[in-house]
Amino acid sequence: MASDRLVVLIAEDSPADRMLLSTIVAREGHRVLTAANGLEAVALFEQERPQLVLMDALMPVMDGFEAARRIKQMAGEALVPVIFLTSLTESEALVRCLEAGGDDFLAKPYNRVILVAKIKAMERLRRLQATVLEQRDLIARHNEHLLSEQRVAKAVFDKVAHSGCLDAPNIRYLQSPHALFNGDLLLAAYNPSGDMYVLLGDFTGHGLPAAIGAMPLAEVFYGMAAKGHSMPEILREMNAKLKRILPVGVFCCATLASVSFQRRTLKVWNGGLPDGYLLRADGSREPLVSRHLPLGVLDAEDFDERCEVFPMAPGDRLFLLSDGVLEAENADHQLFGEQRLLAVFDANRQPQRLFDEILTAVERFRGRAQDDLSMIEVGMMDVGMLSSAPVPFVDTGQQGPLDWSASFEFRAESLRSFNPLPFLLQLLLEVRGLRGQGGALYSVLAELYSNALEHGVMELDSSLKRDAAGFSRYYRERGERLACLEHGFVRFHLQVRGDQQGGRLELGVEDSGKGFDVARVLAEQERLDGFCGRGLSLVRALSKRCAWERGGTLARAEFHW
Amino acid sequence: MAISSQLSSDGQELTISIQGRFDFSLHQAFRDAYERADIRPRRYVIDLEGTNYLDSSALGMLLLLRDYAGGDDALISLINCNPDVRKILGISNFGQLFQIS
Repeated sequence: MASDRLVVLIAEDSPADRMLLSTIVAREGHRVLTAANGLEAVALFEQERPQLVLMDALMPVMDGFEAARRIKQMAGEALVPVIFLTSLTESEALVRCLEAGGDDFLAKPYNRVILVAKIKAMERLRRLQATVLEQRDLIARHNEHLLSEQRVAKAVFDKVAHSGCLDAPNIRYLQSPHALFNGDLLLAAYNPSGDMYVLLGDFTGHGLPAAIGAMPLAEVFYGMAAKGHSMPEILREMNAKLKRILPVGVFCCATLASVSFQRRTLKVWNGGLPDGYLLRADGSREPLVSRHLPLGVLDAEDFDERCEVFPMAPGDRLFLLSDGVLEAENADHQLFGEQRLLAVFDANRQPQRLFDEILTAVERFRGRAQDDLSMIEVGMMDVGMLSSAPVPFVDTGQQGPLDWSASFEFRAESLRSFNPLPFLLQLLLEVRGLRGQGGALYSVLAELYSNALEHGVMELDSSLKRDAAGFSRYYRERGERLACLEHGFVRFHLQVRGDQQGGRLELGVEDSGKGFDVARVLAEQERLDGFCGRGLSLVRALSKRCAWERGGTLARAEFHW
Repeated sequence: MAISSQLSSDGQELTISIQGRFDFSLHQAFRDAYERADIRPRRYVIDLEGTNYLDSSALGMLLLLRDYAGGDDALISLINCNPDVRKILGISNFGQLFQIS
């Protein structure tokens, strides 16, 4: 049995005992090395690395205690059992043997049966230790491998899910470096008209399975936000994509929010995340409750993309957090919970200290810091304080089509479910001269389109939006009327002409509504600064010339370059 | 045993009871409780009386059961939920997919 064959070092100053021991050990099939004192034993150990040592305690030149200490030191982490051979019987001397690193004793005179049994027992221990070390190293190697894989994956992910506009001056956020592999995802982007979209997501589970869905989600988010798609469209696409690619049982709890600085509104969809909050400048707060199943659970036809809309004034802040905060657990298995979070909100005096106060409260509750929390806060700002987002477009260096016109008519059934704006923007950005003003173009298109649809086709009264209650009623009614829209149309007329210097776009947006008293409304808008009335002045500020014709049913605006 | 299951005498209803934390560590045991070739119940009851916590992987496991039991046609009720558990189910709006009481 070659594998059981050991190299055994025998250190014994009495030649007779040495001979006796060697014979016993060799008969068991082991190879024997012999030393007559401690110093020889240490030298032999260094040279031959035996697996087991029988060590006489009292020897000339160097005694067994010192030799055992040195051998143990040389052996390092590996277990080289040292069995002391001793005629000492006082407990103090035996303790010294153990303190010097000895693993066992064998009393003189030697008993063959006991010696053989002890060698076997020590060999079992030695193997156990060797296995433990081997497995420890294996685990360490695996872990290193995993971490380096995660680093590579994270680098790829960061390219796709770049931080977007998380560095905007009105955003504060906190995210652990391990967030991706905890399944947490935080994205922010502008749409072409400068609205800010924010997504906080939390995939089921941990590790690679939790991270893998983040990439397609980020791609949909950035791609569609940049093209000017609406929140419901982005939500639908994200849900459909995750449902298609993720296995059953893996999903993403998420809150998607859009903050419009021009309209001073907040639009929120929460599926499965804890309440977010709209923190008002006056200290009150509005919970943003989860009303939907998480993304990736429902089939496309069952998915509900309805959002809630809130008025949002300068100084108000949107606050979102992952469940890591609420589910922080202390030693007694209690959860941090909503009440403790709300207490932190109530005690907060300086808004910029809120994150730190939450972290401190969680840390105090748990007795140690928690590193897997994600939080984000988005403030309402005045338009113009933010750098407007460049509309992404690959510039081919070509002028694009410079002499054309087109008209589109979208009728009730299309209006119910289709958003024509990204499509129109895409078309107009074929004209090189318009690319530099893609943002303004989109804003004006969006404003005129929603006027035509909401006030023209659906006859909604914008004066409803005077206060917060009316505001939510307005958006509720908008949803209801749109869902059952049977008649009406919105037409877009596009006219592009080039000249020596540049060119111009003449844009017309026409609706099937009754029109309005243009002079009176425009005059009123000058005076108003409520939740309504921002739209038309915005159009006037962003486009070259704008006017209303045909009793207010046709709006015209021009862009020059 | 954190998970136990019992089939009604007529074989129509399988009750799975979960004790303690309902999280990923119960993944296999939970599957084993319903993926059995010898039974074909029409209704499933998940008894959460002894469950004090469930995490998102538990929600995932419930979705797997729902899928196994026929998706939209599955009849699954979650019973005896304590307030914490009910809150977690509520946030995820699982009431749209399961009968919760």
